[in-house]
Amino acid sequence: MKMLMKGNEAIAEAAVLAGCRYFFGYPITPQNQIPEYMSKRMPQVGGCFLQAESEVAAINMVYGAAGAGARVMTSSSSPGISLKQEGISYMVGAELPCVIVNIVRAGPGLGGIQPAQSDYYQATRGGGHGDYRMCVLAPSSVQEAVTLTQEAFDIADRYRNPVMVLGDGLIGQMMEPVDMDSAKAYQPAEDLPPKDWAATGHVSNADAPRAVINSLYIDPAALERHNLKLQEKYDAITTRECRWQEENLQDAEIVLLAYGTTSRIARSAMRKCREMGIKVGLLRPITLWPFPTAAIQKTLSTARQYLCLEMSTGQMVDDVRLAVNGVRPVHFFGRTGGMVPTVAQVVEQIQALAERSNPMDDLEKKLDELAGQVDKTMSQLGDKLDAMGKKLEEKLQSPQTQQKVQDIKQGVASAAEKAKTGVLKGVEYLTDTLGDVVAGIRSQAAAPEQKPDDGDSGKGAEE
Amino acid sequence: MAVVFAKTNMLTDKPLHYCPGCTHGIIHRLVAESLQELGIGETAIGVAPVGCAVFAYDYFNCDMMEAAHGRAPAVATGIKRVHPDKAVFTYQGDGDLASIGAAEILHAATRGEKITTIFVNNAIYGMTGGQMAPTTLPGQVTTTSPYGRDVNHCGYPVKVSEMLSTLDGPAYIERVSVHNVPAVKKAKAAIKKAFQLQMEGKGFTLVEVLSTCPTNWGMTPQEAMAWVESNMIPHYPLGVYKDVTGGKA
Repeated sequence: MKMLMKGNEAIAEAAVLAGCRYFFGYPITPQNQIPEYMSKRMPQVGGCFLQAESEVAAINMVYGAAGAGARVMTSSSSPGISLKQEGISYMVGAELPCVIVNIVRAGPGLGGIQPAQSDYYQATRGGGHGDYRMCVLAPSSVQEAVTLTQEAFDIADRYRNPVMVLGDGLIGQMMEPVDMDSAKAYQPAEDLPPKDWAATGHVSNADAPRAVINSLYIDPAALERHNLKLQEKYDAITTRECRWQEENLQDAEIVLLAYGTTSRIARSAMRKCREMGIKVGLLRPITLWPFPTAAIQKTLSTARQYLCLEMSTGQMVDDVRLAVNGVRPVHFFGRTGGMVPTVAQVVEQIQALAERSNPMDDLEKKLDELAGQVDKTMSQLGDKLDAMGKKLEEKLQSPQTQQKVQDIKQGVASAAEKAKTGVLKGVEYLTDTLGDVVAGIRSQAAAPEQKPDDGDSGKGAEE
Repeated sequence: MAVVFAKTNMLTDKPLHYCPGCTHGIIHRLVAESLQELGIGETAIGVAPVGCAVFAYDYFNCDMMEAAHGRAPAVATGIKRVHPDKAVFTYQGDGDLASIGAAEILHAATRGEKITTIFVNNAIYGMTGGQMAPTTLPGQVTTTSPYGRDVNHCGYPVKVSEMLSTLDGPAYIERVSVHNVPAVKKAKAAIKKAFQLQMEGKGFTLVEVLSTCPTNWGMTPQEAMAWVESNMIPHYPLGVYKDVTGGKA
């Protein structure tokens, strides 16, 4: 049977049905119905609700109760979640499970009390100090908030790590019909390990030594080992706990990405655009960390462009861009400050993208044209070279050419003959002349010495 | 051979890292002995602070949690609400409790949280190297009050026992010292009583123990003990500040 329930109250009841018996919180809008509901409900189920003096104290009470082995939850909204970051970091370091609900309101600072998605970075990047991760679940309806809150307790216990349910002012404040029967039938997952590490005040022995819940590792080598062990858990969470929803992705040329409240707006816009014949689909991350990177990459087979919708100035879009890795354009549309985008605005964005010529398509076309031109030029050049070669061959084989070759050969032969005759004649003449000179010299040598008229020739004679 | 003295098994065999002349060692022993003598030690759950006693989880031989700076009373609250039948205690220094954790101790006290807080007051931040604490005495020289604590500039020391005793939640608050043997005996009695009243469900209990810091005070251990008597006790008078069982207040 379905009941009409407010998001915040449904989350609180889901937690109770999941066995949460300890709740520590502090008032802040728009999540007040969670602690209010818990204050009424916890005594009825033998649990404990305590209003802490601050969000800082609340998360540290959660640390104590979680370390003592209990299923425990806290809730807050953005400014309060900032105050809890110290405690969350310590809980990750000390490996303590808990569920933290953030009913996000607009920031920065005191910001406003209207819904926003501007805590995405804080939620998915650790938020507090240190090198850590935390599973983040983002419901898009009151019904889903119920399911995810219960699953959050299992995930937290499975990995001994805090889990965040990231809603927003709309998810927390709106009323929707909810089927609580399945939530009532909740049973903890069968694979959850026993909490034998907890500080329960048990009498210690060799098999069950005293518990030390701690995040201090003063030896850097030990701390590195600890961090690498935590990293193994994050890897396991990435492999096993990633959740997302796909709609109309089979042929989607434009893929919308949105979570929580904006995914509902995106869905309505998608339906309207499908009616107009635009091939648009929706990929809705349910876990924001781990992020459905592989699922996004699968859409590359049909997707020409991506549009990320958020109630922020653009945070999840970074993860989408990391997934798409520059292969396709990723566009962003967001409203901020507590403003919620309308379906009409999103339709307008999708239409504009559909009409816009895809820059990638243009590039491909230009490359094709260029390749065509290159082919044509090369082919023309080849033809010309071919023709020239043929002409040359023809000329070489023609009788005229052959005759010319013969003429040249004959010319060369006769010239050689002429040259030969000339040379012989010249040698003959030289021999004759030289004979006369030698005879003259010989006769002069027999006569008395006398000074020559010509110095040059005389000089030579002296040597 | 007859055993005339044995170390309490509520302390582990790990050598303490505290400086010579520091009274953390004495106070650890008093807490451990009290837990053992009351028969609640084996099932006790303690919370260590940030400060010199940050490694207390290595020394107390029971389930322990290490809390963020100042948050031990909130952590202890979470533990006690899950295990109301167990002895739950915090062991905190003055920077941890009276400065960054002022809100947590105040609200644990006023809620009447059924825990015991051992508040070790040595008027200085020891672990970080001797900076001015909320409990540093007027005129006292520290690394961040090099001209002596100027009350016109940074105000007056916080008197935790006096302040918390104005609330309705605490069942028992006493300030003690461990600078000589009679004082140590009194301190032991106070700590034991605090745990006793916690187990009886009377409410919040706190024992403030005046302690030494020879290293950062720049004194010998003996001089430090004397300084507690001559300077600290006049500013922080010893005695019972709150006792719902009718002890002198």
